[in-house]
Amino acid sequence: MARKVTTRQAAVSTVGAWVVGFIIFFPILWMILTSFKTELDAFATPPKFLFFHWTMENYGIVQERSDYFLHAMNSIITAVGSTLIAMLIAIPAAWSMAFAPSKRTKDILLWMLSTKMMPPVGVLVPIYLIYRDSQLLDTRVGLIIVLGLGNLPIVVWMLFTYFKEIPKDILEAARMDGASIGKELIYVLTPMAVPGIASTLLLNIILAWNEAFWTLNLTTSAAAPLTTFIASYSSPEGLFWAKLSAASTMAIAPILILGWFSQKQLVRGLTFGAVK
Amino acid sequence: MATQQTRTLGRVLIAPAVGLLFVWMIVPLAMTIYFSTRNYNLLEPGQDTFAGWDNFYYFLTDPSFIASLENTLVLVGSVLVITIVLGVLVALLMNLPIWGRNFVRLMVIAPFFVMPTVSALVWKNLLMHPVSGLFAWIMTSVGLQPIDWFANYPMLAVILIVAWQWLPFATLILLTALQSLDEEQKEAAEMDGAGAVSTFFYITLPHLARPITVVILIETIFLLTVFAEIFVTTGGGPGLQTTNIAFLIYSEALIQYDVGGASAGGLVAVVIANILAFFLVRIVGRNLEA
Amino acid sequence: MGSITLEHVKKSFGTNDIIPDASLEIADRSFVVFVGPSGCGKTTLLRLIAGLEDVTAGRILIDGADVTNVPPAKRGLSMVFQSYALYPHMSVRGNIAFGLKMAGVGKAEIDKKVEHAASILNLTSYLDRKPRELSGGQRQRVAIGRAIVREPKAFLFDEPLSNLDAALRVHMRLEVTRLQRDLATTAVYVTHDQVEAMTMADKIVVLNAGRIEQYGSPLELYEHPVNQFVAGFIGSPKMNFIDGEAAKQAGAATIGVRPEHISVTRDGEGWEGTVNVAEHLGSDTFLYVDVPGIGLITARGAGELGIHSKDKVRLFAEPHHIHRFDETGRAIR
Repeated sequence: MARKVTTRQAAVSTVGAWVVGFIIFFPILWMILTSFKTELDAFATPPKFLFFHWTMENYGIVQERSDYFLHAMNSIITAVGSTLIAMLIAIPAAWSMAFAPSKRTKDILLWMLSTKMMPPVGVLVPIYLIYRDSQLLDTRVGLIIVLGLGNLPIVVWMLFTYFKEIPKDILEAARMDGASIGKELIYVLTPMAVPGIASTLLLNIILAWNEAFWTLNLTTSAAAPLTTFIASYSSPEGLFWAKLSAASTMAIAPILILGWFSQKQLVRGLTFGAVK
Repeated sequence: MATQQTRTLGRVLIAPAVGLLFVWMIVPLAMTIYFSTRNYNLLEPGQDTFAGWDNFYYFLTDPSFIASLENTLVLVGSVLVITIVLGVLVALLMNLPIWGRNFVRLMVIAPFFVMPTVSALVWKNLLMHPVSGLFAWIMTSVGLQPIDWFANYPMLAVILIVAWQWLPFATLILLTALQSLDEEQKEAAEMDGAGAVSTFFYITLPHLARPITVVILIETIFLLTVFAEIFVTTGGGPGLQTTNIAFLIYSEALIQYDVGGASAGGLVAVVIANILAFFLVRIVGRNLEA
Repeated sequence: MGSITLEHVKKSFGTNDIIPDASLEIADRSFVVFVGPSGCGKTTLLRLIAGLEDVTAGRILIDGADVTNVPPAKRGLSMVFQSYALYPHMSVRGNIAFGLKMAGVGKAEIDKKVEHAASILNLTSYLDRKPRELSGGQRQRVAIGRAIVREPKAFLFDEPLSNLDAALRVHMRLEVTRLQRDLATTAVYVTHDQVEAMTMADKIVVLNAGRIEQYGSPLELYEHPVNQFVAGFIGSPKMNFIDGEAAKQAGAATIGVRPEHISVTRDGEGWEGTVNVAEHLGSDTFLYVDVPGIGLITARGAGELGIHSKDKVRLFAEPHHIHRFDETGRAIR
């Protein structure tokens, strides 16, 4: 703004924004607080806001009893694994479409977009049956395949938009400077593409971590990632809120942190570049 | 500019991605089509006979389909309205000069990054529980009866949970679009005598028309297949009150083991999604030219 | 050695013939400027020489060797791009050294050559900065440094000065000319600015819609344009063109006379007209005169003429300054 904003105006908007932000964030905050309560306190009415006996016992219990660590490892392996595999396939494809486009390129991109729009439930039956018959149910490999292929369109699209932003004449300058295609890739293209690749990696790990259709339907225990693990709290016995909160806090903490860094990529990735 | 050598190389590099996606699409889809024409029930594997259009007929005429279709429309429509209206308002608010904007952003964005199962269970238990939930306490503090959300207003409860999760997405996109609105346009409007409200309706809102459309299309595509939230809170119930198409198909496949019926339903879902996809692809395609 | 020859070069995009048929001989060590209006194909022609575009037909020879199918990396040419195209992730030193690194030159040798190029261009104190920390003029010098350090057979310049402000542009024009002369290397330079063309070139190629209209020294183009297009393109303000009765009397379809060749008097011989607009620059006066039956004539006089709008004046041009053109626009000798 070229004109001065009065401090009073800024104060009003600041208060307003913080209130709204706080309200939106509140459920998460409440959950984190609850994770530090005893089960009795968690269930108490009226609810205790800050003055209760703070304890770490829930975190300990969740670790021991339900093998939280195993499920966290599953989440990490499937989220990172599926994203890496998708990147391996997508980087050459996106490179080719950005730098050596043909008449078909636009059609291919839009077709890939359309595959992402297919509702997973539409192919639940065959995938489930194929997995059952090939012993892929409840395996990490099985999940990696499904999540990798599911996110592949988004990965290709995001990389494509990032690659397209690399100015063509810098690559031509490299060619004039005597670089072969390989050297052009190594010395010029890749360094310039690294931020885009990192962003894509980040966003897709988050999407894979939070995926809650295939993970719920294709895993039960051995390969169950955190999504499935938390889902098992939906019909438990006895008091469980504090434990649920502890497990949930641990489940979402890494992603909240990563998510903070990937806001811009979120906009680009999920709108397929339609909004930048 | 691509010369001949880069062109052939290009084709080779695309092949794996295109090939895999193609297989990923075609094989399951073909199988779904196949199954949809058969009487295949997982509990009676030997009875796999040809059913022709029967599965489609039964699926589409089954009252549970109509109910699930209604629920789907209600769910998608309500979440769209809530997220977009609130999204615009929150985005406008966040576009103002604020101290500590980054922290506010963090708070507003957070719900999107929480996994659906966690969101659903936190809302169901910690907030909406009719006895010990926070909402219940708020209601009783002002002298009202606490609401038993999942017994009396199950759909509304699910809508609230899903809307909370998607609000950050709409807000973020609309905020990004707002920030790209040329400051000079607003100044020109001011010189022309427009007040804040006029500026909003005549300048800001039209500028937001395109991103709002994108939000609607993308959210619709994902909202059609809301699953986890229903799975962990209501299991589709009470009765069919929170069953959407996605959940209906799931329950037919993995609870009733009616593969034929579920496949038919799956195809119906695919058709609906394709119609929407057509429009989104058009918009994105236009953007691709630019 | 760096002579460049184009033999019947043709470039089409689909059914669009950007360049129908171009043949050209560029002598070693000469400074040749491609000039013409937007879309005339001058940049395309440059990129064909560079190898960044493939020719549809014809041959390109460098020092007599056919390089038509040789990739740009192997043609031994350097290019300075309009946007400079510096590598953002490398320092100035890295940018300049890159070509040498690609050629496999040893580190000590690279350092020596980079330092040398930097000193010629006054970049020595910026060697460790990144492009984003430099001003437009500095970035442009880095782009030039990158081009000269490889000692190529020829330099290719694609409108390198168009992103600079006016004062810097004039300064850099001199720098580039001096550099090319000192390095004695062939240079092909593309611009839309005919002043740049006239001041820098040994020879100018005037392009129009993909066709080479004329190829000659600046003075040749100025004094003996082969057609109306060249006559109107070279020289500022533009040559006055007159058809109708006055032209027929001179035995042509159109006659042309440059504003600087018209003498303006209050009452003398020549056409009579009323001054529409008078521009006083101090060093020159530009008069836009309405001559009934002829049209609006631009005239230039040296110094301050003391003539203003609405004044009546007489315009006269020596016969040998009047160019004659036939109906096709070609010059009649």
